[in-house]
Amino acid sequence: MAQNILFYLAAVMAVATTSMVVITRNAVYAVLYLIMSLFAVALVFLSLNAPFLALVEIIVYAGAIMVLFLFVVMMLNLQGQRGDEATKRPTRRQMIVPGALALLLLILIVVSLSAGTPAATNAALSDPKLLGELLFTKHYLGVKLSGIILLIGTIGGLHIGRGGSIPSTMEKPIDDVTH
Amino acid sequence: MTGALSNEPLWYQLLIAVIKASVLMGALLGVTGWLVLAERKIIAWLQGRPGPNRAGPMGLFQPVADVLKLLTKEESIPPFVNKILFIAAPAIITITAMVSYAIIPWGPNPVWGAISNLNLGVLLFLALSSLGVYSIVLAGWSSNSKYAVLGGLRATAQMISYELSLSMALLAAVMMAGTLNFQLIVEAQRPFWFILLQPLGFFIFFVSAIAESRRTPFDLPEAENELVAGFHTEYSAMKFALFFLGEYMGVILLSGIMATVYLGGYQGPILPGPVWMILKIAVLFFVFVWIRATYPRFRYDHLMQIGWKWLIPLAVLNLIITAVLCLTFPNLVPNAIH
Repeated sequence: MAQNILFYLAAVMAVATTSMVVITRNAVYAVLYLIMSLFAVALVFLSLNAPFLALVEIIVYAGAIMVLFLFVVMMLNLQGQRGDEATKRPTRRQMIVPGALALLLLILIVVSLSAGTPAATNAALSDPKLLGELLFTKHYLGVKLSGIILLIGTIGGLHIGRGGSIPSTMEKPIDDVTH
Repeated sequence: MTGALSNEPLWYQLLIAVIKASVLMGALLGVTGWLVLAERKIIAWLQGRPGPNRAGPMGLFQPVADVLKLLTKEESIPPFVNKILFIAAPAIITITAMVSYAIIPWGPNPVWGAISNLNLGVLLFLALSSLGVYSIVLAGWSSNSKYAVLGGLRATAQMISYELSLSMALLAAVMMAGTLNFQLIVEAQRPFWFILLQPLGFFIFFVSAIAESRRTPFDLPEAENELVAGFHTEYSAMKFALFFLGEYMGVILLSGIMATVYLGGYQGPILPGPVWMILKIAVLFFVFVWIRATYPRFRYDHLMQIGWKWLIPLAVLNLIITAVLCLTFPNLVPNAIH
């Protein structure tokens, strides 16, 4: 009973905050709403007896969002609230494709929900030991593949971040630059 | 999740939790003021000066004077700040630090030993410590002044970087204990404390803990001679005090986690468990202060280099060594997953 109430509260919160992410004009507020929505999803997991997934959701996503936050704060000027490309209202034409995609997702969710999904109360979701065993035996290939994808992402990020000729100028002592 | 109490009615579980939490919070809030005094006294002693000695005998009433001053000062909110976030930021850091105390075990009793004998305690600690960063970055951003923003950015980059090595060092200890429950981690240290089996892990955790709590030599976010006071430049009175409180609670919390994971927690001869915990936390707190009084502040690029080029590779190495140890000497760590 208590878990049902928790589930519906968290679900409503998740939908509301996620919509606010899209609606709000202030980039920092958007990131904050995103964090709240992730929290709400973590609560949903908790109400479905998956505390491990809930905590991992907070650790992984809160940690990752922090970096996003950093970029937002660095990109916006100190006043933050005004005069940026990101804060302009989108035109009709710009809304067509995202709108169509959102509609498609909504239809998919409704269809899959009405088809009747089994309750996701798997024992492996609450016990990290069981989950670990499952991941590293049955889904071993998937773990490996996602690891490789992450590695590729890191290398790609490093490559793009280095740029072309920047390292050579950075190696120079500061005196050379001032001359 | 409360384990031993799960058959009792809900109101009873809640009542027990509230009693435990009130006792712990009362003790913590009461003791923090005197910890500040202790820190000032220890630093004074290390630097050969008397330290605060005017309020009461040996300056013992200094915390009372400090708190009265902070409470009666004008609560100023500058006109240029983002009000909601400006007020929320100091609350976030104090709340996340306080909630984390729920999982520290003070004794072997499954009901009264810890506020929440959570099976996923280590994960909850990591989750809450990653949330503390939001307080700093929000304080920096909402203050809308250049020093605050710079301090906030520095703090964020620093805390994200050191959180990695912190969690990886913790992971190695978890590997040896074979559990994420702090009370069981303590029980897994029956023959040897983990500081003997995990000396490198303890070192990595300690250095990362100092960086996580933003204390000297890693106090760049609030370096006063370049950033005024960093992210809390615009804060005054009680809101500033909350940042201060959050920092101290963070230090005691990290000391508590270190005592639990590496120093055998509440284990010890003769004296009861909580006393041993307090003693171990006190020793670790002293080392925190000792380091603060001894080392100068790092340069910012050095700080990042230490984090990314030394601590994280060391932590990975430690993980690998631990995994090999656990597999080759199963008798040494009977609880580890084989």
